Amino acid sequence: MREAAIVAFAQSASLRREMDRNEVEILIPVIHELRTSAGLGNEDIDFVCSGSSDYLAGQSFAFVAGLDAVGAWPPVCESHVEMDGAFALYEAWVKIQTGSADLALVYGFGKPSMGDLPITMALQLDPYTQTPLWPDAVSMAALQARMCMEGGVCSEAEMAARAVRDRRNAKQNPKAQLKGDFEVEALLAEPHLVSPLRRHDCAPISDGAAALIIASAERARQICQRPAWIRGFEHICEPQDLGVRDLLRSRSTELAAQHAGANRGKIDVAELAAPFTHQEILVERALGLGDEVSVNPSGGALAGNPLMAVGLARIGEAAARISSGEADRAVAHATSGPCLQQNLICVLEGD
Amino acid sequence: MAPVSDSESSLVTTQRLAYTYKRSLGPVLSQFFTALRERRILGVRRPDGSVMVPPREYDPDSGEAISEMVEVSDSGVVKSWAWVHAPRPAQPLPHPFAYALIQLDGADTPLLHVVDAGAEEQMQTGMRVRARWAEPRGGGIGDIAAFEPATGATGE
Amino acid sequence: MSEDASEAVELLRIPVELDYTYSAGQSASRFLRAIAEGRLLGQRCPVDGKVYFPTRGSCPQHGVPTAGDPVELPDRGCIVTYSIVRVPSENIPLELPYIAVQVLLDGADTVLMHVLGESSLEDVHMGMRVQAVWRPRGEWTTSIGNILYFKPTGEPDAPYDSYREHI
Repeated sequence: MREAAIVAFAQSASLRREMDRNEVEILIPVIHELRTSAGLGNEDIDFVCSGSSDYLAGQSFAFVAGLDAVGAWPPVCESHVEMDGAFALYEAWVKIQTGSADLALVYGFGKPSMGDLPITMALQLDPYTQTPLWPDAVSMAALQARMCMEGGVCSEAEMAARAVRDRRNAKQNPKAQLKGDFEVEALLAEPHLVSPLRRHDCAPISDGAAALIIASAERARQICQRPAWIRGFEHICEPQDLGVRDLLRSRSTELAAQHAGANRGKIDVAELAAPFTHQEILVERALGLGDEVSVNPSGGALAGNPLMAVGLARIGEAAARISSGEADRAVAHATSGPCLQQNLICVLEGD
Repeated sequence: MAPVSDSESSLVTTQRLAYTYKRSLGPVLSQFFTALRERRILGVRRPDGSVMVPPREYDPDSGEAISEMVEVSDSGVVKSWAWVHAPRPAQPLPHPFAYALIQLDGADTPLLHVVDAGAEEQMQTGMRVRARWAEPRGGGIGDIAAFEPATGATGE
Repeated sequence: MSEDASEAVELLRIPVELDYTYSAGQSASRFLRAIAEGRLLGQRCPVDGKVYFPTRGSCPQHGVPTAGDPVELPDRGCIVTYSIVRVPSENIPLELPYIAVQVLLDGADTVLMHVLGESSLEDVHMGMRVQAVWRPRGEWTTSIGNILYFKPTGEPDAPYDSYREHI
C-alpha cells in the first residue's frame, strides 16, 4: 500500500442558517485558508475531489459552481461524489494508491437550511414504496431509535448523555454550532420532537464546508511536520430497505472497522458523524470504543452537522489531533443513507 | 428575481423545484401495485423461503433475481413506530399520526407505512393494525390510505 | 392513476415538490442591487486583474476571492458570438425568431448572455458594437431584465483580436 496522509485541514463554522453567503461563498474562504496554511498553489495540486448534493439548497449543478472556489484554469483533474466529502476523500486516497496523484484537495459543502432538510432526505429512500409517503429523516431515525430502546440496546438517558458529552466537548470548538453545559435530566424533561426522539437526540441543521489536503508520503513530509497517516480506510454499505437490515447494530460499521484495522492498536480519539444519539451509540459499539477513548472531542455531528462536509470534518478533526501531537492513533467515521445505511471508517496514525 | 426579504448582505427569495417524472415499475413492482389496486398485498419469496414485503427484484443478501409473488394479509403487527406530532403538508395525514414498520401476517420483513391511531397513547409496539384502503386506487403506495388499529387488540 | 382494472399498473406518477429559500449571496446581491440603480458592476481578480461580469465572488480560474472594490462597467460592448433562436421555450417570452448574443462589455473579461434587438437577422455579426436598451427607470428591479435588449450602435466593428479569447 502506498502511504498517504492528511496534511492540512480547514472548515467553516457550522451555522443554523447562513443567509448572507451562497454555497460557493461559504467554500471560498475555507479553500483559501487551507491552501494558505499548507503553502500550496493550485499548480501543486494534481487531483480535486468534492462531495455535495444539489438537493440540499435546491441549486442544480451546484457542484460545478463549487469548483469556482478552487480555480480550474489551466483545467484540473477533478471528480465529485453526491455524498459526504469523506467519500470523496476515499476516492482521492484510491487515486493516490494507483500512483496517478500525489497531492489532492478534497472538499465538501452543504447549505441544507435553504430547504426542509428532513423532507429533502426522503428522496434518498425507495422512490416507489417509501418516498411517496414522505417519511422525514427524523421519523426514519425514530423508528430505529424505538427498536433500540425497546430492544435493550440503549436507554433515553444514555442517548441524552451523548448529547451532553458532545455539546460539552464542543465548547472547545469555535466552529461548533451547539455547545454548552446541559444535564441529562433537563434534556429528558423536554417534549418529543418525533417520539421517541427529542430535539437533543438529533444533529442540528447546519450550513458549512470543510476541506483538506491528502498527500503521498514524499509530499506529506514536505508540507507537514507530523502528517496524519491513513493506515486503514474502508466503507461498507447495507441494503436501502430498513426491513431487511439489523437495525439494532451497525453491521456495516463493524465490517468497515474490521477491514480498516481500527482495532489493531489503541485508539486515542474517535470522531463520529452519527446524526442521532442512538446512532452514535451504535457506532461506538460497532467500533468497540471503551471509556479510555476520547469520543468526539470536537463535538461530532451532534454539535455541528454541515451535511456533505460533516464526515470530512470528522476526518479533519481527527487528523488535526494527530498532527498537533495530542493523539497518536485516531478513528474517524462518516455515514450516508437512512439509519446508518453506509458507513466509512478512516484510521489515522502519527509517526 | 423578486426579493421577498433582504438580509444584511444577500437578496433572498423563494423557489419551488418540482419534478414531474413518471416512473416505470418493471415486472415485480408492477404486480405489487396492480394487486394494491385490487386491495391485495403481495410479497416476494426469497431463496431462503422467507417473504419480503414490499417485493424487490433482487434478494438483498445474494443479489439473486427473485420473482415468485406471494399474497400476504392486509393486517399485521407494528414492529416499531415514530409519532409525528406536527405533520408536514407532504405527509399522508393532516393530523398527528405514526410512521411504522408493520410486519403483515405472512410476511417476514416489515413494510414502512403510516398508522392513523388518533393519539400517541393508542400506539404500542406489537399492536395489530389493518390496512384502510383508499378510494379510488391505482396511484401507488397511497392505495393504502393508512393502517388502523385492528379491533381485538395487541400482542402477536 | 390507472382506474382500468383490466390493465396492469406499469407507470406511476410520483410528483416531487420541494420548497426552498434562495439567497443570492454577497457577490450576486451586490451585482443585482447595482443593476437596480442602472449600474453594471464587475469584480477584478487579484491575481491577473481580469474583470468578471457578472460577479460570483471568486475568480474561477485561480480560485481566489475577488474581494477588492467593484469595477463599474459601461453598458456597451461588442458581440462575441450569437445564435438565431427559432425554437420556443416556456420560460422565454420572446417572439421567434430572436437573436441570442454574448456581449463583451468594454472593460470586462467575461461575457454576458442577452438578446439583440433593432437588428435584422442578416445584419448581426461577430464584433458588432452594441449598447444596452434599458426599461423605463421606474420599472427597474434587482434583475438583469432591466436591460430589455442590446442594440447596434453603428460604430465600426471591434477588431477580432480584441475579443477572440472570449469566444
